[in-house]
Amino acid sequence: MSILVNKDTKLLVQGITGRDGQFHAGRMKEYGTNIVAGTTPGKGGQEVHGIPVFDTVEEAVKETGANVSIIFVPAPFAADAILEASYAGVDLVVAISEGVPIQDMIRITPIIQRNGTKLIGPNCPGLITPDEALIGISPAMIFKKGNIGLISRSGTLTYEVVNMLTMNDMGQSTVVGIGGDPVAGLYYIDLLEMYENDPETEAVVLIGEIGGDAEEQAAEYIAKHMTKPVVSFIAGQTAPPGKRMGHAGAIISSGAGTAEEKIKAFAAADVPVAKEPSEIPGLLKEKLAKAKA
Amino acid sequence: MKIHEYQAKQIFKKYGLPVPNDVLCHSVEEVEKVMAEKDGMVVIKAQVLVGGRGKAGGVKLAKTKQEAVEAARQILGMDIKGLTVEKVLVAEAVDIAKEFYVGLINDRNTKTVTLMASSEGGVEIEEVAKNTPELIHKFPIDPSTGLLDFQARNIGMQLFGDAKLARQAGVILQKLYKLFVETDSTIAEINPLVLTPDNKIWAIDGKMNFDDNALYRQPEVEAMREADEDELKEIDAKEKGLSYVKLDGNIGCMVNGAGLAMATMDMVKLYGGEPANFLDIGGSSSPQKVVDAMNILLSDKNVNAVMINIFGGITRCDDVARGLIEALKILKTDMPIVVRLSGTNAAEGLALLKETGLPTVETMSEAAQKAIELSKGQ
Repeated sequence: MSILVNKDTKLLVQGITGRDGQFHAGRMKEYGTNIVAGTTPGKGGQEVHGIPVFDTVEEAVKETGANVSIIFVPAPFAADAILEASYAGVDLVVAISEGVPIQDMIRITPIIQRNGTKLIGPNCPGLITPDEALIGISPAMIFKKGNIGLISRSGTLTYEVVNMLTMNDMGQSTVVGIGGDPVAGLYYIDLLEMYENDPETEAVVLIGEIGGDAEEQAAEYIAKHMTKPVVSFIAGQTAPPGKRMGHAGAIISSGAGTAEEKIKAFAAADVPVAKEPSEIPGLLKEKLAKAKA
Repeated sequence: MKIHEYQAKQIFKKYGLPVPNDVLCHSVEEVEKVMAEKDGMVVIKAQVLVGGRGKAGGVKLAKTKQEAVEAARQILGMDIKGLTVEKVLVAEAVDIAKEFYVGLINDRNTKTVTLMASSEGGVEIEEVAKNTPELIHKFPIDPSTGLLDFQARNIGMQLFGDAKLARQAGVILQKLYKLFVETDSTIAEINPLVLTPDNKIWAIDGKMNFDDNALYRQPEVEAMREADEDELKEIDAKEKGLSYVKLDGNIGCMVNGAGLAMATMDMVKLYGGEPANFLDIGGSSSPQKVVDAMNILLSDKNVNAVMINIFGGITRCDDVARGLIEALKILKTDMPIVVRLSGTNAAEGLALLKETGLPTVETMSEAAQKAIELSKGQ
């Protein structure tokens, strides 16, 4: 078990003939991900890394049974690509594209909800179930199969933490990068619930950052519903208010969304917050030992 | 992206919102000229891209022409939170019976454009939100329908308690929603929305921010950009594929990825230093990006040590090393630099860096500590 994706996942790559799509399709396939199809309008009939390319998602799904899609198309076209996958009946869409306008995401959200499509991203590194499926752009060599679930709003910071876990012999069940945009798909609570119900996951690391109040909501959820230990880290403790720190979501506006408030919320939910990423494996070990005692 | 009040009001007027007549002036002479043709009271308002100008004395009511000119003389050139006032808006004053607040934002939780409205306008709305949140009404708007007539009317009724006024207010709210969505705004705020003794509603202040990701399809908004020096640096960085925010410290940081860049700043602070900036060199790496990034870091006179923290994924550590070597050749700097390379092609990158003699470390904690030492000349 794991969450969202595994060795049975049939992956479709939207934008497979583009520079990024082509490159990452190759890396994902090399990792062992079951990629069944790619799409680029007007390039149907071609092959990329031996993967058949279709003109439309509908056609690709019909021919190959693809159930998860990953999107590499440029930001102005990303919302349309998500909708195309949603209408074609794909279960999970992972949008890597960076710089998607917020209004586009607001417009498509009720539609994909109505269609029952799960979305991760946009502006995210994707997800991985080690040794089974890499669906995204993460450097595969740092992951190791195991029992720690990890959710993060950031990409490279995730790598940093995963690397520390792996070096401390703490493998991962599934690692999900939910992205740094203010309006996005699956978020902390959705994923915490999945990890809670996943027999393979023993504990969860939640990597948050400044902006919004999703971490505070997650803390409340953990206190009420999680039996598994959760450990956290919050990036942006020194960021000044009113300045957007790269991620469109990482901005402290009118006193809301500060690291201080998030740390306080986690403390109230008995979730230890690491002062630096290197503390995370130790905090996890403590929590797991306590849970077993 | 932020714009001035006078620019927000231009957009308001274009969409038919009731805004009192106003003229933008750059000098006392211009204000004199404008006032020669005006009767009645005016408000002289500083145009700066920071909040709290009222408290700083940047907004003055003038009953006569002389008062208006005198107010302009005081406000032009005034310093508000480090910004010099170079423009004032001369706006016709309206009589105020009551002040309200209306604003639109993109709400992360409901994933909708959400209208906030309060009968406690005029004051700092953040204070109202903090102390008496029950006085702010929130209405998530369904993107497939927009703000419907009856919804707008009902909100108007809640604010004004009168059917005629509710209808007048409803039209204003619908226009505000339309302009918010059509301009890819992130904030569109009228504070205060004013009711006059003769039952007219006016937008006498306006604030708008915009989604940077959508500027590609908003040329008219982009044309309104007036950046200060720090922002120009940030825009220049963005054009080079970098994301840069200047801060006040002395330790320059170059990192790949926004989250890791924030965590790096936090590490510097944790070990007792002050970060000089947020700088994300982004995902795909080219040596040129590193050269550009070094240029930006070194142009900040406060920087006296640089910390480079790279966790290679798509970014390849050997590319970063090549860029750094190139940058050092071009820039000929004796700035102390510490480098941490991890992940994709880290070994190759570190091997390349040997010739430079730069100190390298294995973890970001070590990098932060070393950078702080270097900044103290140790």
